[in-house]
Amino acid sequence: MDADKHFVVGIYDDEDVLLDAIRKVRSSGVKIQEVYSPFPVHGIDEALGYKRTRLPIAAFLFGMTGTILALVMQIWMLGYDWPMIIGGKNFASLPPFIPVTFELTVLLSALGMVGTFMIVSDMKPYKWPRQFDIRSTDDKHVMAVDLAVNASKSKDEVKRILKESGASEVNEKSFE
Amino acid sequence: MGHTIITEERYTFQPGAKKQLLIVMAAGVLLLVIGLWAAMSGGHDEQHNGGHSAVQTDQLVASLTPEASGEGHAEHHETAPWLKRLYTSLWMNNVYFVGLGIIGLFFVCIQYAAQAGWSAGVKRIPLAMGHWLPIAGVLTLVLWFATHHDIFHWTHSYLYDEANPATFDEIIAGKAPYFFWPGEAGGLPVFFLARMVIFFGMWYWFFIMIKKNMMAEDINGGTTYWTKNRSISAWFLVFFAVSSSVAAWDWVMSIDTHWFSTMFGWYVFASWWVTGLALITLIVVYLKEAGYLKIVNANHLHDLGKFIFAFSVFWTYIWFGQFLLIYYAHIPEETVYFIERMTTSPYSWIFFANLILNFLLPFLLLMTRDAKRHMSMLKVVAPIVIVGHWFDFYNMVTPGVMKEQGGLGLLEIGLALIFLAAFLWITLSSLSKMPLFGKNHPMLEESLHHHI
Repeated sequence: MDADKHFVVGIYDDEDVLLDAIRKVRSSGVKIQEVYSPFPVHGIDEALGYKRTRLPIAAFLFGMTGTILALVMQIWMLGYDWPMIIGGKNFASLPPFIPVTFELTVLLSALGMVGTFMIVSDMKPYKWPRQFDIRSTDDKHVMAVDLAVNASKSKDEVKRILKESGASEVNEKSFE
Repeated sequence: MGHTIITEERYTFQPGAKKQLLIVMAAGVLLLVIGLWAAMSGGHDEQHNGGHSAVQTDQLVASLTPEASGEGHAEHHETAPWLKRLYTSLWMNNVYFVGLGIIGLFFVCIQYAAQAGWSAGVKRIPLAMGHWLPIAGVLTLVLWFATHHDIFHWTHSYLYDEANPATFDEIIAGKAPYFFWPGEAGGLPVFFLARMVIFFGMWYWFFIMIKKNMMAEDINGGTTYWTKNRSISAWFLVFFAVSSSVAAWDWVMSIDTHWFSTMFGWYVFASWWVTGLALITLIVVYLKEAGYLKIVNANHLHDLGKFIFAFSVFWTYIWFGQFLLIYYAHIPEETVYFIERMTTSPYSWIFFANLILNFLLPFLLLMTRDAKRHMSMLKVVAPIVIVGHWFDFYNMVTPGVMKEQGGLGLLEIGLALIFLAAFLWITLSSLSKMPLFGKNHPMLEESLHHHI
């Protein structure tokens, strides 16, 4: 990664405290980098002010690609490139093409969605994620605040805000 | 979050709503009368319609069964086309609305059996729709006796008379026990009628049991009524799985007596189910807009919208599963069903409109999350689905009876409006006689916090 990164990391024991803390921290003007939790917390995306995902749009576009690809492929193959009589039907007859079209639509939209999600979430192969606190995979909720983003506030001030919001401990973490 | 205190809510069947339904009913009667008059006076024109394709179909049928050519002569007392058309439309509308009634009960039972919490606020609407069942049962029986010779070809005794090869039909005779057992083939269809009576009797019995427990829960509270209803629902679902399929064969598929499809039970169920879901959603939206059902919010609408979306796709899957196999196998006695519907006016445009109204439009319009959460979009899609499946049933019933003489005009629309107004009247007046939701439902609290 680029230059050294310095973070203040708040540890929370309870998801209700966490949801409350997120609102408090954000209203005091601190920008939260990310929150990690061991299980999905209901309403956390709204508390963090995240915009709705645009993944369904990507899924639709990938699905349409699959539909068009499947139809063009089959009509070209069986209608023009190598016409064959199957069951006495026309060379390019639509009904038998539908199952393949359906499958390719589903396949491309699923694969496309997974791929898009991985790229958007920066989950490349051999990429090691930043670990703010290993306990976020066990029983603690972890809130990370990037100090460079919150330049208007001092490190101690950010630590105080996190502590007051209900964090059970507040640590510092640097990445090289 | 603390326990929310919920007070009982009741729907009032206002004179305004009654007046609107009466206007719909009156408009239906008016259209029916005009339609009947037009059909009686203009019968000759219609016989020319689709004459070309009719020849094709007749040849196909004739090539299949040499006996079929003798049918025309055997028909001693031919009913006038306009009367036949009226009978067909009556039967078709009746089957369609039987479905809406039974789907009301089916929806409630699915919620109990699945132990669903989200639906606690909307369950009384499908329950109210179930009140149509006793009327539907009587109507079905009366209509069957009044119209069976015109609608159900298999009721003619000459088909089973082996001594007369001109009219004997080997295929139908082979199916005779399914209709007439233990009676004589061509007589009173004892088995068929017994099924009809048992289905309606059992459906209504299950409905009464479920409703009784729901009403008792309102007064006494506790979880015992919910547990009882869960068991009753599970039994009903087993019974409905069989009875809905057999009902579909009996009341719809047997019209095209030579033809059969193993998908047909599912097909009729899928059509009934998605129509019922659309009507439930529409009534919920109507009640919310009238200021009722504050406990139902966008999250519950979202679930109802997902139901319509999912089962529109399910219906399409069944439709296509039935069509593709018949198309690909290319067995004449099977393809004749679709040839009739795809090449004869007015069935051909309905055949394709069916797919646009019941698949393409719901699929595209309800795809996004927002569309399912907003009443404005649900108000557009639900009527499309309701009308679309009415066309679906029209094309299931009419071609088999009317052949190339079928019509879709004021007569059919008028009758549909009469049935619709009567059905909604029963539903809304039943709804006004009970609380709008169970205030003691064990999962009401869960429903209030439902969030998706």
